[in-house]
Amino acid sequence: MKFLFKGIFLLSLCIFLVNASVIKNKTIILATTTSVVDTGILEELIPLFERKTGYFVKIIAVGSGQALLLGKKGEADILLVHSPDEEKQFMKDGYGINRRFVMYNDFVLLGPPHDPANTKHAKNILDAFKKIFQKKALFISRGDHSGTHMKELFIWKSLNIDPTGKKWYQETGSGMGLTLSIASEKLGYVLSDKGTFLSLKRNLNLQIVHKGDKILKNIYHVIIINPNMFKNINYDGAKALADFFVSHETQSLIKQFGIKKFGEPLFKTNITLKEN
Amino acid sequence: MELFIEALTNAIHLLLSFDYDTYIVIWLSLKVSFTATLISTICAIPLALYISIKQFRFKHFILSSINTGMAMPPVLAGLFITILLWRNGILGRFNLLYTPQAIIIAQIFLATPIILGISISAFQSFSKKFMLQILGLGATKFQLFMIMIKESKLTLLCAIMAGFGAIISEVGASMMVGGNIKGYTRVLTTAIVTETGKGNFELAMAYGIILLILSFSVNMILTKIQQKNKTQYE
Repeated sequence: MKFLFKGIFLLSLCIFLVNASVIKNKTIILATTTSVVDTGILEELIPLFERKTGYFVKIIAVGSGQALLLGKKGEADILLVHSPDEEKQFMKDGYGINRRFVMYNDFVLLGPPHDPANTKHAKNILDAFKKIFQKKALFISRGDHSGTHMKELFIWKSLNIDPTGKKWYQETGSGMGLTLSIASEKLGYVLSDKGTFLSLKRNLNLQIVHKGDKILKNIYHVIIINPNMFKNINYDGAKALADFFVSHETQSLIKQFGIKKFGEPLFKTNITLKEN
Repeated sequence: MELFIEALTNAIHLLLSFDYDTYIVIWLSLKVSFTATLISTICAIPLALYISIKQFRFKHFILSSINTGMAMPPVLAGLFITILLWRNGILGRFNLLYTPQAIIIAQIFLATPIILGISISAFQSFSKKFMLQILGLGATKFQLFMIMIKESKLTLLCAIMAGFGAIISEVGASMMVGGNIKGYTRVLTTAIVTETGKGNFELAMAYGIILLILSFSVNMILTKIQQKNKTQYE
């Protein structure tokens, strides 16, 4: 028995030491949002990149707000985020370089099938939110400073409504996937990106009640963290990954992602327009 | 109910079909938690001997701290270790954040107080007269310690089981310091969170069942060792 324990101990010590020596500048930290990760698109794209270049990408899934914060601390090499106003500020403050467009889809307002606030007949998204407010229908918010949350707050602000702390307004503080499950269980309204909704649709008792407004466009940008601001930034790796995201090949893969499984693409890219 | 049955068959299927992704996750979970338990045990038992035998100032304070550490919330430990390991943090130059080693460090942090606390109470239950007698019979201090460890094997194994159980089932710290990277730092508990987020409830449940099967097997082996030694001394 003692021998067995000794064996296990030595084995684990070896593993510990071997793993600790993973070459440092071969790893890239990509901070991105749960709305991207929950769709599963990165699991398709990143292995391609890793095989091609030999880099190892560590994907950290957080809200856009937290991703930008990690960037501001120099704790990530590259960001893939969808919070344009915050991103612009981020660039202005000099934390990032070379912000480039990657892909977009739409935010959609989801609601329970019986649509208690009658949002289906709303003129636009502002009207739909107003109807929810007037009816005091349950609204489930991300509440985590993610890009989706920011968009939702922007809409409330445009209406001059402050929903925080109201009984009909609940914040989950969780990722997109979990928030959708909660909204589905509680029969609430929720603002979601279309990609996550489509990929989770089969488990949800929610439907799209409003979509298509201009302000509901959900744009993802890739930002490389400024290597002059922090030491330890893997600039070469980050640049390679950013170039990979905007390359023609990747863009057409993004465009096709989800068609087979969900019947329609989860993300759109600009090359869609060119090729059609 | 349907979901449970589906999850159970799914779990068995994943195990028997040697599904690559599943086995990677299982292997990582075991590797990380075994290593952390071992290191914690090796640190905790000598320290427990020292603390229980020696009289020193602030002993009560230290004991209370250890007992508080037994209730350490994993997320708090995770947050603490994350800040330490940040690239621009105190231990940043080792580049440990978002690696399996980071999870091991966080889990050592969680398991050590548990193993330490239970071991101390085991060692403290020896009467002073017993120890004096052993020494009086000509045993060296080291021999005394070995006897104490041998005599309290039951409780020590229980301490190890408690420590292992606490960290293999812990999710907050692993998520934070490991980053939940597929094939690298995604362990069973964080995989459950991920799959739940993706809406794959059957797969999440299947992982949960596999986790339970694993900790059951490990605990069964340890219990067997524990009970075998018990009969020797009767």
